[in-house]
Amino acid sequence: MTTLAETGAEARLQSEPAALRRALRRPLFLFAAGYLALMTLAALAAPLVAPYDPVATDLDHVLSGPSWLHPLGTDQLGHDVLSRVVYGGRVTLAGVAEAVLTALVLGVSAGLVAGFAGGWTDRVLSWATDIVLAIPVIITLLVVLAVVGSNETAAMIAVGVLGFPALARVVRGATLTVRQELYITAARAFGLPNRTIMVRHVLPRVRGPIIVQTSLFAGGALLAETGLGYLGLGVQAPTPTWGNLVADASTVIDQQPWLLVPSGLVIGLAVLSFGLLGDVSRDASADRRSRSSHRRTPVAARTPMRRPDTEALLAVRELTVGLPGPEGFLTAVESLNLDLFAGETVGLVGESGCGKSLTGRAILGLLPSGGQLLHGGVWFGGTDLSTLDRKGWQEFRGSRIALISQDPMNGLDPTVSVGKQVDELVRRHTGLTGRAARARTLELLADVQLKEPAKVAAKYPHQLSGGMAQRVLIASALAGTPELLIADEPTTALDVTVQAEILRLLKDLQRTNGMSVLLISHDLGVIAEVCDRAYVMYAGQIAESAPVSDLFETPRHPYTSGLLGALPRRGSPRQPLTTISGSVPEPGNWPPGCHFRQRCPLATAECASPIPVAEPVPGHRTRCIHHDLAHASGGGNDRAA
Amino acid sequence: MRALILRRLLISVPLVIVVSWLTFLLQHLAPGDTARSILGENYTPEGYAQLRAQLGLDQPLPVQYWHWLTHALHGDFGVSPLNGLNVGTEIGSRLGVTLSLIVVTTIVAAVLGIALGALSAVRGGPLGRMIDVLSLAGFALPSFWLALVLVTVFAVALRILPATGYTPFAESPGGWVSSLVLPVAALAVHGTATVAKQTRSGLLDVLGRDFVVSLRANGVSERSILFRHALRNAAIPVVTVIGLVFVSLLNGTVLVEAVFAMPGLGGLAVQSATQHDVPAIQAVAVTFTLIVVVVNLLVDLAYGWLNPKVRVR
Repeated sequence: MTTLAETGAEARLQSEPAALRRALRRPLFLFAAGYLALMTLAALAAPLVAPYDPVATDLDHVLSGPSWLHPLGTDQLGHDVLSRVVYGGRVTLAGVAEAVLTALVLGVSAGLVAGFAGGWTDRVLSWATDIVLAIPVIITLLVVLAVVGSNETAAMIAVGVLGFPALARVVRGATLTVRQELYITAARAFGLPNRTIMVRHVLPRVRGPIIVQTSLFAGGALLAETGLGYLGLGVQAPTPTWGNLVADASTVIDQQPWLLVPSGLVIGLAVLSFGLLGDVSRDASADRRSRSSHRRTPVAARTPMRRPDTEALLAVRELTVGLPGPEGFLTAVESLNLDLFAGETVGLVGESGCGKSLTGRAILGLLPSGGQLLHGGVWFGGTDLSTLDRKGWQEFRGSRIALISQDPMNGLDPTVSVGKQVDELVRRHTGLTGRAARARTLELLADVQLKEPAKVAAKYPHQLSGGMAQRVLIASALAGTPELLIADEPTTALDVTVQAEILRLLKDLQRTNGMSVLLISHDLGVIAEVCDRAYVMYAGQIAESAPVSDLFETPRHPYTSGLLGALPRRGSPRQPLTTISGSVPEPGNWPPGCHFRQRCPLATAECASPIPVAEPVPGHRTRCIHHDLAHASGGGNDRAA
Repeated sequence: MRALILRRLLISVPLVIVVSWLTFLLQHLAPGDTARSILGENYTPEGYAQLRAQLGLDQPLPVQYWHWLTHALHGDFGVSPLNGLNVGTEIGSRLGVTLSLIVVTTIVAAVLGIALGALSAVRGGPLGRMIDVLSLAGFALPSFWLALVLVTVFAVALRILPATGYTPFAESPGGWVSSLVLPVAALAVHGTATVAKQTRSGLLDVLGRDFVVSLRANGVSERSILFRHALRNAAIPVVTVIGLVFVSLLNGTVLVEAVFAMPGLGGLAVQSATQHDVPAIQAVAVTFTLIVVVVNLLVDLAYGWLNPKVRVR
């Protein structure tokens, strides 16, 4: 009966025929639909199908148990149980149909009207839903039955009335979404009457959620019907109903417990089938991506590498990261090399989707679920990080490398106060406890230039502005005095003025604490302001790396030139800003050879073969065979001429 | 927070009034008439009119309703016209049985459900599938049928627990526990599965959020992430579900009390439904609605405690 309360059935709208085809391919769907169809047909054709008259008594075979004569046994009056199951379906399934029809007629019309017209209809509906959800169904049914006497139809219609607000709410939600769409607006503009729009255009689109909610409701209605039957309040004996079967069985459990089996099974399977129909239709109309995440992740073998011969604090070698794709892994970061020395601030820059955040997370061993390190490795202070186990990582993260993540507003636990969150990190990394830990917390908050640290510590994340939240996150990252701070788009979500302050803060902290910083950003301007050196990333690869001043003055990769050309601060007066046409190809769609060649103004036939990394000037590397022309190209398709 | 409670009360008061008014109204729309069913075979027009006057049934409806409401507010639900028992006293003596049953079941379902859900979110694999099976069973098998199976096994075959009846706690705590084991078990399967499912999906959702990456990246242990951060965040929808489980148990208790012949409110409801005892069923309906109102208030208070966005502005 709780299914009546479980109304959260929210199904996403999708193209219906495709969803239906997907649903039909599932064995569970076929099983559920098949069982329900079989039961309905058997009930309809009961006089033809049932081996015996359901009320014919056979006192020679009482409580017989399954036998050749009576496949499901007999009850205490010698009634054939199989025949009673078949005939019982007539009453029970008819009752369910009554309830479902009532709920559908009321729910769909109310939901369409509320979703389409809005206003007071909407408010009345949500109020009614709240009230009905608060009333226990069975009690209402008992009230109805107390008043009208045992009348199955009245009771089942009452079940339908109680179920309709939940259905109406689902229909309303779906209708609201559809109503926003252009073709509905257009139909309204053409002056089609509202009723026509609703029936012809909206109703077909909200069919999915209606099917889901209705099948869940039907399961609940069936439980309510059998419950009433069990209590002896529905159709009276000797007429069989599925609920009566349980009631009959209950009086003889000490003599023939078998009788519980057919009655429980027939009800259980029917409710289950209704539930499965709903679940499968919901899954099928949900988008495919959510399903692929259930797939088992393939495991790739990685060959261990020798420790790189370098003085660098952080050395990334041949880093190759795979994300789960439709078949096997999709390479999202490919053979990436990166060095970062103590005290240095290095930028990693590229358009969104190029794999730069993934690189940051790979360094910390925090790949998103399903992601895997396929090849290469990360060394920090001479340690191969891939050898760390869970405990090793816990000691490592925060105290050696820390992270400031992209979105400050979602970076803090919303249920814990700021002070307590920083306290936890301080306790974890310094061993301080109680007051001493709090004192250190306040010190950290003051270090990130939060005024009135004590007041901020008492606040919850939702009370902070974006800039404040980012400062708190920086303070959290500093709690373990890490040697390297990875700042992943630390200013993207912030206002321009706040951006500048946060960048200045990072710069100051880097200088006073002597840490290294890996700054990940899509904004070359940000990189220019803070970094000593930068790596330009494109479609999973490093395109170019150089000291920032060289990179800006003589870019040696057409992609870098393109990015520079799109930078407003560098545009020439009265000249349009150039843009790079097209967008970054997604993992799996990278062209062979140079990944950039499809968007590159300098591309030639040779660009389709593998591109070696060149180092035309010491410290300035590029993955372009036309690097001598790159800085002149200006990146734009028009300015090169 | 205050606004939330106020809004809840704004829904609750009309709810109680609507429920009582509807039950009240229904009795007068009905063909069955209390006075007539009391008289039964002894029906005479004079006796009928006299009894109607005696029961106040000849007054206009709003007057009757007002009369009933003012008395109900003092706990006086009138006298059952069928057996002459005071309905209020009857409710009072049966409330303990039903509350024991559903409160204990809710606690069992909440504790087991959260533990199973958290375990399966972290470990996944077979445990997750077990919860799926459990929730399918809890969803599909009627509680009264489950109860009968439990009686067959534990009371009839093994004879380790009583098949029927209820022992008050005050009489014998041990007896109270053993009289509750089977009914609670039958009722708790569905609730446990529902809570476990919500806990698991809520936890998986929270564990994928940005702040968890931040916590991991800064070296917070998995245990602390789960217990101090993720569970608390996932708890908000879980509390909603526990509230819904409680409300659904008011349905379940009617059937399970019937199976175990427990002298609770569910039994009274069934009995009065079969006997057209309108004052009694009315009183049960209002009592259940009040219980729902109180539970919803508790759920709202729990929201505030769990979610600072509601508590502090």
